[in-house]
Amino acid sequence: MKIAIASGKGGTGKTTLSTNLALFLSEKQAVILTDLDVEEPNSGLFINGKLIHQEDKFKMIPSWKKENCTLCGNCQKVCNFNAIIKLGKRIMTFPELCHSCFACSELCPTKSLPMIPQKMGELKHFSLENLDFIESKLDIGQEQAVPLIAKTLDYIDQKFGNNIIKLFDAPPGTSCPVIEATKDADFIILVTEPTPFGLHDLKLAVDTMKALKKNFAVVINRFGIGNNGVIDYCKSEEVKILAKLPNYRHIAELYSRGESIYQHIPIFKTELQKIADHIIKLQTGVAK
Amino acid sequence: MKEIVVISGKGGTGKTSITASFAILGGKNIVVADCDVDAADMHLLLQPDWNFSEDFFSGVAAEIDQDKCIKCGKCADVCRFNAIPIVEKKYVVNDLNCEGCGFCFHVCPRDAISMIEQNVGKWFISNTKAENHMVHAALKIGADNSGKLVAKVKKEAKQIAVSEEKAFIIVDGSPGIGCPVVSSLSGADYAILVTEPSVSGIHDLKRVYELVKKFKIPAACIINKADINTDVTAQIKAFLDEENIIHLVDLPYDETFTKAMTAGKTIIEFGESEMKKLVENSWRKIKELLTDKQKRSSPS
Repeated sequence: MKIAIASGKGGTGKTTLSTNLALFLSEKQAVILTDLDVEEPNSGLFINGKLIHQEDKFKMIPSWKKENCTLCGNCQKVCNFNAIIKLGKRIMTFPELCHSCFACSELCPTKSLPMIPQKMGELKHFSLENLDFIESKLDIGQEQAVPLIAKTLDYIDQKFGNNIIKLFDAPPGTSCPVIEATKDADFIILVTEPTPFGLHDLKLAVDTMKALKKNFAVVINRFGIGNNGVIDYCKSEEVKILAKLPNYRHIAELYSRGESIYQHIPIFKTELQKIADHIIKLQTGVAK
Repeated sequence: MKEIVVISGKGGTGKTSITASFAILGGKNIVVADCDVDAADMHLLLQPDWNFSEDFFSGVAAEIDQDKCIKCGKCADVCRFNAIPIVEKKYVVNDLNCEGCGFCFHVCPRDAISMIEQNVGKWFISNTKAENHMVHAALKIGADNSGKLVAKVKKEAKQIAVSEEKAFIIVDGSPGIGCPVVSSLSGADYAILVTEPSVSGIHDLKRVYELVKKFKIPAACIINKADINTDVTAQIKAFLDEENIIHLVDLPYDETFTKAMTAGKTIIEFGESEMKKLVENSWRKIKELLTDKQKRSSPS
């Protein structure tokens, strides 16, 4: 079962919830946690596992072979991303703009643009008792997170069966990387904070999940700050609130040191248990 | 005219609250650009009047004319994004998966595929309560091309700044290091990095600064919640020293920002506080830094 932890706004506590929930659940059953926020992956800072596998991840880009090229310019014409241009007697490529669609390569009449792999990031797989943790990190300067997210999801699908709990720490926002990270999930937890910023971005996230026809619920983090806007909104939209994580300075301090929260804050653990109960209901088909 | 971009790598470090405060302090002298287009929040503090709005079209998506389609399947064969599944014995385009590359369009033997320009959002020019103009945008859900919408917002803000002879453009960037951030940094004169002393804060600061370095943009840093972990704050300061990044200010862990935000205000408009003074001092320093630089780089 795939559960994605997402939010519209950044910094609402996706990583806090993902890592604490993964560690907590793994006390009773096997869990896979994957950090899909490939631009700024942070879950790994909170999970001290043993590195068991590491691999570079590549995307395919065209590379110009001038020998047979007739400089017809077809490649530039078919590329919708301005990633390849004919400049005088040369063909220039811009790999960071390339979406790896293969059109320039396969539509080249002289086969002068073979696709070659270019490194876009790195995947690491850590193991810790009942918990497997996988993270991918985008190389600096690579602009597209989606291909690396897709490759990371492929890795998880190949390694693990579907009856195990798989948690995914998703990137912030509502654009293409979030869609990629959540589109195959069975259930989405939207983490928000009870402030006007939190509410505004929660609405966007809820609309996104509705557009994707996803089953989702909300967890409110830093409960106690701000106002009642998020609770009122959830009530009027009939969105389930799974848990309310407290707002203590002590939590911010534990987080700042990369420590788990629930082992130190009992009420945090109680709230995690509520989420765990819901996940078990989903697994057994009691909850929808 | 100088363009100042505020970014953080990590989300939730206080970037928007701080940028909006600068926007109030800058007043008539600046143009504001909210470039966090997929979770734009600045309007909640600056209360723009949404004076002008326009649809933004960018990129294309495939559409199959079922009357012309002979179900040869060539389009689905060449698609690298699994965007053309067979649904009820018909080849159809899955909009969420379609990258708009047009490969299917080129291989279709019956010209049954057309590439349709996509409306990916809206952009706006507003007057704000700080008596300045703000250019902002709203990306449609799940839309691609946020980098291009960021570029549009910046371009419009620049035009206003030039024609009205403003001193600064203040840009609120998005979290991460991907296309919208790259787009926010391109052409900027100065980067303000907002970080927090946590294991993730410093990790993300270092990554986003790698990107800033590639653009050769000088940078200054604000450490928010600096007292939450003095060890990490010290590590951040050492990093700033090493990289010649100017340390602007340490802001304490304090819920005044959140309280002001809940009231729809920036810290500047929320009564007198220590925090307000610190943010005012930072803005003064930023202005000095940019004017100094101007003096130094202009021929005497």
